[in-house]
Amino acid sequence: MDLLFAVDAVPLGSFTRDGGLFLNNVWLIPTLPAVSFFLILFFGKRLKFGGAEIGITAVGLALLLASLTNISWWDHRDHFEGDVFSARTGQIDLDTEGLGGETLELGAAADDALTTTITVDGVEESVQLAVDAAPGEIEAFGSVGVLRVLDWFENGGIPIEAGTLADGPSVIMLFVVTAVSLLVHIYSTDYVAGDRRYTHYFAFLSLFTASMLAYVISPNLLQALVAWELVGLCSFSLIGHWWEDQPNSDAALKAFLTNRVGDVGLLVGIIILYFSAGGTFDIITINEMALNGEISQTALTWASISLTAAIMSKSGQFVLHTWLPDAMAGPTPVSALIHAATLVVAGVFLVARIYPVFFFGYGIADSSINGLALLGSITIVFAGLVAFVQNDIKKVLAYSTVSQLGYMILALGVGAWTAAIFHLFTHAFFKAGLFLGAGSVAHGVHSFDMKKDMGGLRKWMPTTHKTFLICSVALMGIFPTAGFWSKDEILVGTGGFGVGTGESNGSYHFFLIMGLIGAALTGGYMTRAIYLTFYGEFRGHGEPHESGPRILWPLRILSVVAIGGGLLNLPPGFLAGSAKDPVVWQERILHFYEPSAAYFPAIGHSIPSWTLAIVASFIGLIGPAIAFWYYFIRVDNLAKQSGEKLTALPNGLTERSGLARAGHKMLVNKYYLDHLYEDVIVAGVKGPIAKAAYWFNQKGLDEVVNTAGRTSVKTGKFIYRYIDQGLIEGTVNGSGKLSSDSGQELRRLQTGKVQQYAALLFAGATILAGVFIVLI
Amino acid sequence: MMLNQFLLLAAALFCMGVYGVLTRRNGVMVLMSVELILNAVNINLVAFGAFQDNIQGDVFAVFVIAVAAAEVGVGLAMVLLMYRNRRSIDFSEVDLLRG
Repeated sequence: MDLLFAVDAVPLGSFTRDGGLFLNNVWLIPTLPAVSFFLILFFGKRLKFGGAEIGITAVGLALLLASLTNISWWDHRDHFEGDVFSARTGQIDLDTEGLGGETLELGAAADDALTTTITVDGVEESVQLAVDAAPGEIEAFGSVGVLRVLDWFENGGIPIEAGTLADGPSVIMLFVVTAVSLLVHIYSTDYVAGDRRYTHYFAFLSLFTASMLAYVISPNLLQALVAWELVGLCSFSLIGHWWEDQPNSDAALKAFLTNRVGDVGLLVGIIILYFSAGGTFDIITINEMALNGEISQTALTWASISLTAAIMSKSGQFVLHTWLPDAMAGPTPVSALIHAATLVVAGVFLVARIYPVFFFGYGIADSSINGLALLGSITIVFAGLVAFVQNDIKKVLAYSTVSQLGYMILALGVGAWTAAIFHLFTHAFFKAGLFLGAGSVAHGVHSFDMKKDMGGLRKWMPTTHKTFLICSVALMGIFPTAGFWSKDEILVGTGGFGVGTGESNGSYHFFLIMGLIGAALTGGYMTRAIYLTFYGEFRGHGEPHESGPRILWPLRILSVVAIGGGLLNLPPGFLAGSAKDPVVWQERILHFYEPSAAYFPAIGHSIPSWTLAIVASFIGLIGPAIAFWYYFIRVDNLAKQSGEKLTALPNGLTERSGLARAGHKMLVNKYYLDHLYEDVIVAGVKGPIAKAAYWFNQKGLDEVVNTAGRTSVKTGKFIYRYIDQGLIEGTVNGSGKLSSDSGQELRRLQTGKVQQYAALLFAGATILAGVFIVLI
Repeated sequence: MMLNQFLLLAAALFCMGVYGVLTRRNGVMVLMSVELILNAVNINLVAFGAFQDNIQGDVFAVFVIAVAAAEVGVGLAMVLLMYRNRRSIDFSEVDLLRG
């Protein structure tokens, strides 16, 4: 089938200042949870539900507003008429018949360039609109963002603005954040019920939601930085929610410190952009200047590299991802909201937001390899392998999140902007569903260890089992769940081996392969997690129980989105079957949420390929198939034959040799099992690479961190002994002694006799009067 | 009109007042000395006002007199309370300000 896509943008303008009620007032959306934060802090403890009701109300209202904003945005996207501005050239007047804000029917001769005049500062200029579209419709402005700013403060003559920018990427994020946040709020009322810091917990959930919402609507990098740091703070606070346990507080610190490393990169990147864009933090201005070659290639490259450090820390990319699995020490709803669905995509969103900087900084348009895509692809495979050797269900999901974030970064790296945002959207829902499902399991068995305390839970927790299964299938990317559509779009977007030709950016063969490997791995580790958790015999203690409705309903809702979420992107023409009309054949997320304005690069769009979809689905099923054969058939049968309940499945040399010494028959069976493990896992893909990766993760990277730590301890000791104790202590003690001595002298003056005081007063006045007379 | 003799008179009064405040032990005498200081200032104000032919000096002097009356009222009350508590109005015995 020959698919056609509309070139629907003549990107002259970037933004408008008036986009209607909802788009003008998006500031309300983060304000609601921000107000809720303070209300919960001040009044939460006195309320009947400990402040949860305030948080749920605020986030619920924010979700309502965000939904209305999205609907309003769709209308704005297609039918906007009004003043359009460009940050570089000011207000733009399109002066063509039938072009100004209207759509124009192009005839067969549309290959010719259209000429129009724009008015720049009162001077008319002739501009050629390159229209290489097939017959169809073009729109004059594409989508223009709605920018509302006011002066925040002025420092050294430089005005710093604050405001909101509502455009495609921000409105879709508004919806994702508020929707997941609301479900997590509801879930939390059961999950952390009776917690000693219940009110504090909800206050910080509110603050986090507010910060994340403020981040996505930031019109300038400074405001984005403030919100970025705020979400980091909330993350720290919520990971360490149960800080009485040392590991939790360590994990919180680790997350915070690792993010600090990346934040240095963020600061450096912002400063580079600030100066190279002529002294502005404004995102639209920076983007427009980058697009028009007004920022040098070198500056863009260095800015991209610096900002990549920030992305690596916040979005858990390889090398700086180590905090993310540890962050699972926080309460599970927090892991779902912050460390799976929203906070960790802040880095991805940063790239999406200032895409021109990366687009030209890394030369995405016409290369076959670049730093961003490489980073993403390494992360996908690396994290996917490590996920195999984890026994903690949340850690499997954490590494899975790292791997999926790798997909988003990969997509951005190969120019598949829409695919990245689409995957972000679907991933947020099914991964939140998985985390909340894991939380529900842990709520029932009071543990996160799949090997020791889980197994066979489908009998006790049917709803959790079903929703977890659905979300896993979505994560594996099996047709027709949400993950299939978004993952396939990323794979197509790589444009490797000629798939998705048309207008793809570069041809990224290597990254297509890495993406396919990642798809197989994803299926494998999720099948393993499902078996260990829900199938086989129950290995824990006590009687597991299904969770309450406030936990199950969010799971049900999320699994519905996990099934149907991908269909939201389908072009209307897909169902109607009306071929050849480019507009109805345009993917919905691309049409509504990818900016087509002067601040966004004209990236190419790949055409979906049935061949690739089938091949990718097949490869994506290999992982689950092998894992299914191994766990559901071999391990399960062995367990039944031996009658062993698979408690503490043996895995590892020390256990094996210990068991061999004991020489017990049952232990030999275990040994056999262990041997099987070794054969399939170690000989297969899992063992050596994954263990090496894990080892590298634990030893290599940790060693670097530890060495840095030890060095700083030594430096600290040196500084303490010589500089602190010697120099600074001396100074401090000296000044203390000086004031004490002078005090001893001066106290004699303080007699308490009024007349003596008066005498001193008059003496002083006399001296001053004398000085006054002499001087004048 | 000569300004100098008024200013000299005021300066002399002021110095007497300061001397009284610093040397007298009797609380009432100290208050009277304070009055001398204030009235020295009043003379200055009125003299300058007349010299420059405007009324502001006179107005200010009236204000000072009003404030002085209030000050003496409070001051005498304090002296009275001091007498009640200590059976003495000797300022040199009072050193509570030492803290």
